[in-house]
Amino acid sequence: MTSSNPNNGGEALVKALEYEGVDVMFGLPGGAILPVYDPILDSSIRHVLVRHEQGAGHMAEGYAHATGKPGVCMVTSGPAATNVVTPLADAMLDSVPMVCITGQVPLAAIGTDAFQECDTTGITMAVTKHNFLVTDAQDIPRIIHEAFHIATTGRPGPVLVDIPKDIVDPTNPKSAMTWYDPDSVPMELPGYRPVMEGDPALIEEAAALIAQAERPVLYVGGGVLKARAAEPLLKLAELLQIPVVTTLMARGAFPDRHELCLGMPGMHGNYTAVTAMQESDLLISLGARFDDRITGKLDGFAPTAKIIHVDIDPAELGKVRQYNVGIQGDCKLVIEGLIEATEKLGTSAQADRSDWRSTVSGWQEKFPLVYEDSLPGDKLKPQFVMEQLRDGNPHDTILCSGVGQHQMHASQFWKFDHPYTWINSGGLGTMGFSIPAAIGAKAGMPDRRVWAVDGDGNFQMTAQELVTATVEDIPIKVALFNNSYLGMVRQWQEMFYDERFSEVHLSDNVPDYVKWAEAMGAVGIRVESPEEVAPAIAKANEIDDRSVVVEFVTDARENVFPMVPAGKTNSELVVDPSQQHLIDGDTSGKGAAS
Amino acid sequence: MNVSPTSPRWHTIAATVENKPGVLARVAGLFSRRGFNIHSLAVAPTEDEKFSRITFTVDIEGTPLDQVVKQLDKLINVVDISQLDPDASVERELMLVIVEVGEQRKELMEIVDDYRAYVLNEGDGKVLMSWSARPSRLDELEARLRPFGIVDMQRTGRVTLPSLGT
Repeated sequence: MTSSNPNNGGEALVKALEYEGVDVMFGLPGGAILPVYDPILDSSIRHVLVRHEQGAGHMAEGYAHATGKPGVCMVTSGPAATNVVTPLADAMLDSVPMVCITGQVPLAAIGTDAFQECDTTGITMAVTKHNFLVTDAQDIPRIIHEAFHIATTGRPGPVLVDIPKDIVDPTNPKSAMTWYDPDSVPMELPGYRPVMEGDPALIEEAAALIAQAERPVLYVGGGVLKARAAEPLLKLAELLQIPVVTTLMARGAFPDRHELCLGMPGMHGNYTAVTAMQESDLLISLGARFDDRITGKLDGFAPTAKIIHVDIDPAELGKVRQYNVGIQGDCKLVIEGLIEATEKLGTSAQADRSDWRSTVSGWQEKFPLVYEDSLPGDKLKPQFVMEQLRDGNPHDTILCSGVGQHQMHASQFWKFDHPYTWINSGGLGTMGFSIPAAIGAKAGMPDRRVWAVDGDGNFQMTAQELVTATVEDIPIKVALFNNSYLGMVRQWQEMFYDERFSEVHLSDNVPDYVKWAEAMGAVGIRVESPEEVAPAIAKANEIDDRSVVVEFVTDARENVFPMVPAGKTNSELVVDPSQQHLIDGDTSGKGAAS
Repeated sequence: MNVSPTSPRWHTIAATVENKPGVLARVAGLFSRRGFNIHSLAVAPTEDEKFSRITFTVDIEGTPLDQVVKQLDKLINVVDISQLDPDASVERELMLVIVEVGEQRKELMEIVDDYRAYVLNEGDGKVLMSWSARPSRLDELEARLRPFGIVDMQRTGRVTLPSLGT
């Protein structure tokens, strides 16, 4: 940016973004946003040119997940704005801090069905934490500041700023403005007052309830990561010696290799995590929202558990499950409060949980995650590939996932020992998320190894962003699980539709993923036999100057287990077929019906 | 803020919102996407023109009132929100109604006098009257007028303020 202060809306917008500390943004120019792209040439901000606006949105999300800083994307009006609706909705459901700038037709043309006009703020109202239509160039620095403030405070989320062309176009008198530092003027947000501190009396009440609990579980959700509370969580769990489950959005918030970690609960959670919640007498929910994928059939969920519910969003408290103690507040501050209150009670105040610990570890021994090795000549088992991928990479590797079976296998079989190493689309379940998200993560964390795990259905939705990765020199690695099917849908048709496979078979031979990868400037490797898996991963890890796509040809018949069938309670968990006889004869997990 | 099982089905909520374009759409959109049903709604600027007050009556059968209030409060443009206890607030609603006069003009005018409604306009064998009162009283008047033949009617939806002590 030039040293002189901007005197028009377009330059002011770019300067305002610099002022917020933006170092990278993802976008694609077009008519209405053109005047803003000119000052970008002189800006310190790196702009990554995407191949589709959806990619820009997911890259901004991946960047935000990995760095904790707000992701920024900028696109033009009309179809570009509608193309970012999916990432906005994704960021809304997963509480990802993101600021999206959209161009809009000039003020006088709004409402006239002008070329590339759409009602962007109207369309995105339901999928943003807030959105703005700026009508005066003078407001730009303040509104950009407000947008970042809203996106990053309280429960984080996406904020969209829609900017008509005339107020950013220096040739138009409407763009004239006098620059001011964005935080030198008061924000005009009289209705926005996020509460950070938990009520100390409620925290003490919660600590007392925890002390009495004989079968407690720390139910940890994505809010713990958003609050950057992994460290105090570890301290709290160790202080109380309470087992921890981490939801799909919270993988890595507590180390998987820790003895108190039970892994992921929910529809495809492991037996111990699901059953421990089910049999618990106290769930301490931290930044989690009792999502239907966690609870299964609600009226059968954790029937004997009292609930402590901590969330920064008061609307989550009691939304799904009534609580005994509900605390509105930032997870980090509340966890620190719980540690203090627990220490005040003294260790002698804690109930004896040795029986509970041994019951839980009994389940862990009896019901590990299992799969059978592939038979010679058969296609690869996805679980085997995932284990090889895990073992062939450092613990701080960032793993970005698409949506489906590979996502569940990744969450199950990877060992997440560090926060912010797992990036996925949990709430919206957006297929095609992984590649752009991985590019965004790599752009934000260039020194870290970033792997995308993807399915063949997902890959075909957003693979073109590998061109972006090549051209922008943001090399990522892709583990493509190709089973020729929309695998998760296939699994449901197999289990719940009498194996009537409708519209789930993609193709056995097209596209040629190796050629496609090469066409996009990446290295393509196809792997078909188990002994090739580890060497291919090692080879991919040796290549740092461009992206690598390793296609693993996997067995479509392989399903994700355990599974709680939709509409069933978590006590009706279906484990791997090889373990089912153990459940039939099991008495310790009394809720686990055969 | 929990709703007791004996609470009436309708609840009145008053939200002070920023007086900006699109705010009503945000509120209405929230209601529809969260599956809350609005029974009536009235909106106008407050004594401070920067803010408007939206008074709405919601059907809370099936939706906990608590969720309605909390979700509304999350809207950035909603500044303040309060649930109005019918026993501690004053509610008024305005009705304009056109009624056939027919043969029973005398009876009709007795009702108008009874309720202290105003005849604003008369002609073509019809009268146009207005009345403002508690919504339940409007229901009563509406029922009394119905036998004469209501040609057209518009009610505003209730507006409410807390009453000044007891």
